[in-house]
Amino acid sequence: MPDNLSERVLSIIASTQRVPREKLTLDSSFAELGFDSLDAMNILFALESEFNISIPDHAARAISNVRDAVNGVEQLLREQVPADGSSSTSPPSNSAPEAGRTT
Amino acid sequence: MRRVAITGLGAICALGHNTREMWEALRSGRSGIAPLQLAQRSQLRFQNGAEVRGYEEARHFDPVRAGFIDRFAQFALLSAREAITQSGIQFTPGLSGRTAVVTGSSLGGKQTEDAQFLELYGKQGRVHPLTIPKAMANAGASLICMEFGVTGPSYTVATACSSSNHAIGLAFWMVRNGMVEAAIAGGSEATFSLGTLRAWEAMRVVSPDTCRPFSRDRKGMILGEGAAMLVLEPLEAARARGAAVLAEVVGFGMSSDAGHLTNPSVEGPAQAMRSALQDACIAPESIGYINAHGTGTPINDPVETRAIRQVFGAHADRLAVSSTKSMHGHALGAAGALEAVATVMALREAVLPPTANFTAPDPQCDLDVVPNEAQAAQVEYALSNSFAFGGLNAVLAFRRG
Repeated sequence: MPDNLSERVLSIIASTQRVPREKLTLDSSFAELGFDSLDAMNILFALESEFNISIPDHAARAISNVRDAVNGVEQLLREQVPADGSSSTSPPSNSAPEAGRTT
Repeated sequence: MRRVAITGLGAICALGHNTREMWEALRSGRSGIAPLQLAQRSQLRFQNGAEVRGYEEARHFDPVRAGFIDRFAQFALLSAREAITQSGIQFTPGLSGRTAVVTGSSLGGKQTEDAQFLELYGKQGRVHPLTIPKAMANAGASLICMEFGVTGPSYTVATACSSSNHAIGLAFWMVRNGMVEAAIAGGSEATFSLGTLRAWEAMRVVSPDTCRPFSRDRKGMILGEGAAMLVLEPLEAARARGAAVLAEVVGFGMSSDAGHLTNPSVEGPAQAMRSALQDACIAPESIGYINAHGTGTPINDPVETRAIRQVFGAHADRLAVSSTKSMHGHALGAAGALEAVATVMALREAVLPPTANFTAPDPQCDLDVVPNEAQAAQVEYALSNSFAFGGLNAVLAFRRG
């Protein structure tokens, strides 16, 4: 992965959470850093804005440390998922007419 | 202290436009969750919701007057009309000033605000003069008072997803303690405007498909909308005027987690359930059914299970616990009121509504959750749980009428 991408992710997390950049490493887990679920959502929102991506819920749930965040952003940039929440981010199966009905 | 009877029920939600339609769907395990009809659905990551369908305001309101009333307040008024009609209560000059109206709503008239602020920021730069009275959270309560000439203590409670349980509980205490001689209590919500939906989407708690409370593969909540109202009066007064007693409200408990804005605790909900039992002067072993908060989010359902186990001990394995949100969705400030109607009907009809959309058990939610099919069971006492973001919990206890 390009180092400047990691650096951008680290600095976004540092500025969002108001923690010194040097406190963060790729191996820092959100739990160790004292970040809870709301902090994580806040970080993901900032990353979406910075990189103009849309992080799907299932990917978001898998992110629990800095390295996950960097990898996740890198993968989304590679896939170039648009950030406007358009339907291309949800699999068509989710919007099938009967998907939500009781079976 | 006086015993408090429920003599009228009214409801509107994704399952129907009245209590009977809602109950028929609940008892048959039919979900009202379906693809959103909202015009801007393509702008959302999630696609399904529990919307009130086929609603025509012109059938219920004068067209000019309808324009003055937000959807959430229309729902409040419709469900109040149904409940009052069923109860047969007459707000005579002697009674009207001794009757309370207590409603719950989390969003109030956000649909009106959303539409008007879009005009302001994006289009004409103007805001309609009725925006404030349409959007105020107490609009439903005020319109009920105006339509029925109720002049007693009336107000609206906003505690997010616990709003209507707080409203019903406070109204119950007012009737029980002789502060009023009758109350109309419940809650209403109109959830489906784009701004609100995008805000829920950003919280990452909405399921991409459906709501499967207590299932191992649950993926989150499904938003709902609607309203429900109850008519409460002293049991003796109800009997004296020959009214049918549908059920009794017997206890109310509330608590605050004082922990996290969105992550629930075990202790807070457990404390609210214990308080409701104490307030009702009943033992945990008396309870046969719990209408769970049961949102279907990964975190709520195991935490609620642990709270129930903490309060009920071994009796937790003899209880039926279901989440009707699997069918009417999570109607936020109307949730507790819709679930009160579901609970009263369950006691009355001796049928426990199921948890629909259930696929596979989760060892962390190891209760009898009445999966997919209703259970025939004559239950004497039941609880209905509501736990809100912000950690504010409200639990009602009911007794068969």
